[in-house]
Amino acid sequence: MGDILSNYDILGAFWVTIQLSVLSAVGALVLGTVLAVFRVSPVGVLRFLGSFYVNTVRNTPLTLLMLFSILGITYILQIPFSQEASRNAYWWAVVMLAVYHAAFVCEALRSGVNTIPAGQAEAARSIGLTFGQSLREVLLPQAFRGAVAPLGSTLIALIKNTTVAAVILGTAESAGLLAQITENEGASLPTFFIFALGFVILTLPLGVGITSVSRRLAVKR
Amino acid sequence: MSTENVLFDAPGPRARLRHNVLTGVGVLLLLGGLWLVYSKMSERNQLQGYQWSPFVTDSAVWSDYLLPGLWETIKAALISMVLAGAYGLVFGMGRLSHLTWVRWVSGVVVEFFRSVPVLLMMVFFFFGWFATATWLPNQYAPLAAVVLGLTLYNGSVIAELVRSGVHSLPAGQAEAGLSIGLSPGQTMRSIQLPQALRAMLPALIGQLVVILKDTALGTIVLYPELLTAAKTLGSGYANTVQAYLVVALVYILINYTLTKVAGFVDGRVKRRQRGGGGAAPLPVTAAAEG
Repeated sequence: MGDILSNYDILGAFWVTIQLSVLSAVGALVLGTVLAVFRVSPVGVLRFLGSFYVNTVRNTPLTLLMLFSILGITYILQIPFSQEASRNAYWWAVVMLAVYHAAFVCEALRSGVNTIPAGQAEAARSIGLTFGQSLREVLLPQAFRGAVAPLGSTLIALIKNTTVAAVILGTAESAGLLAQITENEGASLPTFFIFALGFVILTLPLGVGITSVSRRLAVKR
Repeated sequence: MSTENVLFDAPGPRARLRHNVLTGVGVLLLLGGLWLVYSKMSERNQLQGYQWSPFVTDSAVWSDYLLPGLWETIKAALISMVLAGAYGLVFGMGRLSHLTWVRWVSGVVVEFFRSVPVLLMMVFFFFGWFATATWLPNQYAPLAAVVLGLTLYNGSVIAELVRSGVHSLPAGQAEAGLSIGLSPGQTMRSIQLPQALRAMLPALIGQLVVILKDTALGTIVLYPELLTAAKTLGSGYANTVQAYLVVALVYILINYTLTKVAGFVDGRVKRRQRGGGGAAPLPVTAAAEG
């Protein structure tokens, strides 16, 4: 057991997990917000673009996106991020994680908007608020409160899905490293539990925190 | 109620003008994106007839590569769904048990497998267990790893669905069962669970989409599913990009149909609920990640 800990860079692999999570979460939040604005906009073409993106990306396996980014986009279409293979795979992993989860962020934000009863907008209009005021003072605050819980579960899903990057990052990533250790050293339950524990530590407190925050913020109806 | 009605007033002349401008921007965005894909594809000679025509003219592409791959994908998804359903039912009821230790053990098991990535489980089960197991014929090792990983994760998600389905029932349902003399177990089995399962149905179909997508992880543990088939096809016919695009389309069509079915069932459950009380359907979108 001590050998495994000293011979393999498990902490390094989890550091990669954290980096991938943070970078792609930021990317997914930005892209997903743009898409959500598209999807709730009164402009038909933008709504179409938004829902086309969501329906396409959400129904494609992340593994396919990852493999395609290297075998298709880098090798054949020749659009690399870097000439160095590992750097290139790293950044494509970030991009694909962001692209994939942006669809879920978009749906989370939209479901937040959907929690608002029409009466709220009508009340805002009838007391004479302008469009901008009613959006700023009445609608968006409620929408964000409603979106906290689904956004949180998207973030947790994202952290776990960083393991899929192992298909292109190999042993630099925790799932790839677990595969290598298990192949070289034979099966050992403690090794598996170390990796599993890493993810429990990353996701469980986050889940508990998000639940309590979303309960505190929930709009009583 | 559509969202635009909540957020936006009926447009006046100025707003209509603004919408027309934004429509123009949207169209430009769409055309720009399409042009970018087209120019990059033609620059790298990816629009040649020989790369695309096999999908229509050469039946071996489907009969030797894609259809067997699709069958393996569906097989793994269906087995996992059935097993995950059974597992979810057992642990979901465990979490609702009136025995503290049963509740506690089920809670720990469910929370653990929900927070461990599916891929970690598959990799460990395959390289650490099934690939070297003597009791399991070698060709079944990848399938077993894929199914076990998917079952443990999705079963735990379903267990949570069972729990929240039962919790969402009006308290009067259980009280009525107890007051006519049923035991807590009987109340659970014959009154609460049937209603909870009906409310869960849309979310369960949504979970099938998650399972189907996650079978693609099987490619890492050498399971010959659809994505693996795309890879072999691409190197055999020198049309990697095209093979991936076609396979993505297959995934999208299947999953989109399933999502639509889930939405349809959701509507039916809601209608029945308006008619005669009972449990509201659980949200589908919450489960459809992963």
